[in-house]
Amino acid sequence: MKTYIANFKKYRFLLWELVKKDIKLKYRRSYLGLIWTLLEPLLTMMVLYIVFSKLYGKSDKTFPFYILTGRLLYTYFSNATKGALTSISDNSGMIKKVYVPKYMYPLSSILSNYIIFLLSLIDLIPVGLLCHVYPTKHLVQIIAPLGLILLMAFGIGMFLATAQVFFRDIEYLWTVALMLIMYCSAIFYSPSRVVKTGYGWIFKLNPLYMVIENFRSCLLYHKRIDFTVFFTALAFSVVMTVLGTWLFYKKQDEFILHI
Amino acid sequence: MGKKPFISVNYNDEVAQGNHETVATGRMKGQKPVVEVKNVGILFNLAQNKVDNLKEFVIKWMTKELHFQEFWALRNVTFNVYRGERLGIVGLNGAGKSTLLKVVSGVLKASEGEVKVKGRIAPLLELGAGFDPEYTGRENIYLYGAVLGFSKKFLDSKYDEIVEFSELAKFIDVPLKNYSSGMKARLGFAIATIVEPDVLILDEVLSVGDAKFRKKSMNKIIGMFDKGVTVLFVSHSIDQVLAICDRAILLDKGQLIAEGTAEEIAQMYNDRYLQA
Repeated sequence: MKTYIANFKKYRFLLWELVKKDIKLKYRRSYLGLIWTLLEPLLTMMVLYIVFSKLYGKSDKTFPFYILTGRLLYTYFSNATKGALTSISDNSGMIKKVYVPKYMYPLSSILSNYIIFLLSLIDLIPVGLLCHVYPTKHLVQIIAPLGLILLMAFGIGMFLATAQVFFRDIEYLWTVALMLIMYCSAIFYSPSRVVKTGYGWIFKLNPLYMVIENFRSCLLYHKRIDFTVFFTALAFSVVMTVLGTWLFYKKQDEFILHI
Repeated sequence: MGKKPFISVNYNDEVAQGNHETVATGRMKGQKPVVEVKNVGILFNLAQNKVDNLKEFVIKWMTKELHFQEFWALRNVTFNVYRGERLGIVGLNGAGKSTLLKVVSGVLKASEGEVKVKGRIAPLLELGAGFDPEYTGRENIYLYGAVLGFSKKFLDSKYDEIVEFSELAKFIDVPLKNYSSGMKARLGFAIATIVEPDVLILDEVLSVGDAKFRKKSMNKIIGMFDKGVTVLFVSHSIDQVLAICDRAILLDKGQLIAEGTAEEIAQMYNDRYLQA
């Protein structure tokens, strides 16, 4: 254990450099640059709002805010897991030439996307003002879903990163899975409609939905987080993290043979 | 276990002829080796490497075609390198030289046996392995430095020295994709050699770059010898090996055939491979 901690300390600067690189290069060639982290969620939210409120005839004033909360978390989850998934194969050149603790690659992707996610949360302020949603004391609980989404993305990311090295199709399968998760997370519709048709069990199986609901409890519903929901999602995340890291650790010496 | 067909020659003072002042090596002083390679074997599975997607994997699994096609890139390789020694590693293409260097520098894990290295390794296996083409020279210095395990504070203090050695001051804020290959080699070399490592690993890297760069890099490396740096050097140029190394090993198809002084091994290499 001590060697791992010592190793982490030695390469701590590298982790920071990799995270910095991801963020710096993400928008380097574009005109608006980092502003896109704020602009992109707003634009997507507007599209979703126009499509689903006008078409569905919803007149809920907080609907844009509702969409945004779900959308921000989903975007992080999607980007972070996709980034971690390809992290090993993308960095194959480095891995084959120089020793670097391999978990740094997926970890840096998870972290760089997390920083961008935290920045994008700024969008909640103007949209909140427009929808007359103001923070209450329940805002403090936000630490829980914010921490949970990071752990969940990490666990799944490590698992995917390992799988992708051996089976290149995982990338495509995951894209489809993400689409499924998006439709089942009640981002742009209210879950009550689905529950009425008897498919409510979907939400009980979707950990991302649980995090989104908790997130909304802090910001929109202004009530205490549902702890059953929280702990279910937490258990899932912990299991995935343990499984993912263990698998990664076991297989990492074979990566170089497949990349 | 297995035969060990290797010839070992006792090292003695008279053999240290080379071109430079001899530093008393660890072997002479009776110290423990800096690099210990014990019974190392690397096993590759040639068959499995062709399966890289789920469909093929499932099909091959069901038709029971998932066999293991053994290929020992290295087998039963044992040798020690002592402080201050410069070991040449020679052999034909495919003998396992680069594989051996990768095991010593930690990039590959040995399937059998163990490798022990004391101190900091500077692997010059490919200069600029950590470079990102979109990043500028300045940014890449920090990135590559971090890949090699240096801290920010250290890189800050050595930044000017690196830029000066690489002679790239004018271009340091230009993205690396606009650099010529020589410029990239100069930058990579400057960063990697900024610290005198305990063990320097060179994989045919001195054949890159123009004459001016080669001279500069050779001088820098030779400068390190006088400080007692241990060197592992792979090259196809026997002349370079004779110029730089005092000892050498000969690899053939993954086996260690011989170990001895650079002159002896050079002679053996010639006899074995260059007699028509």
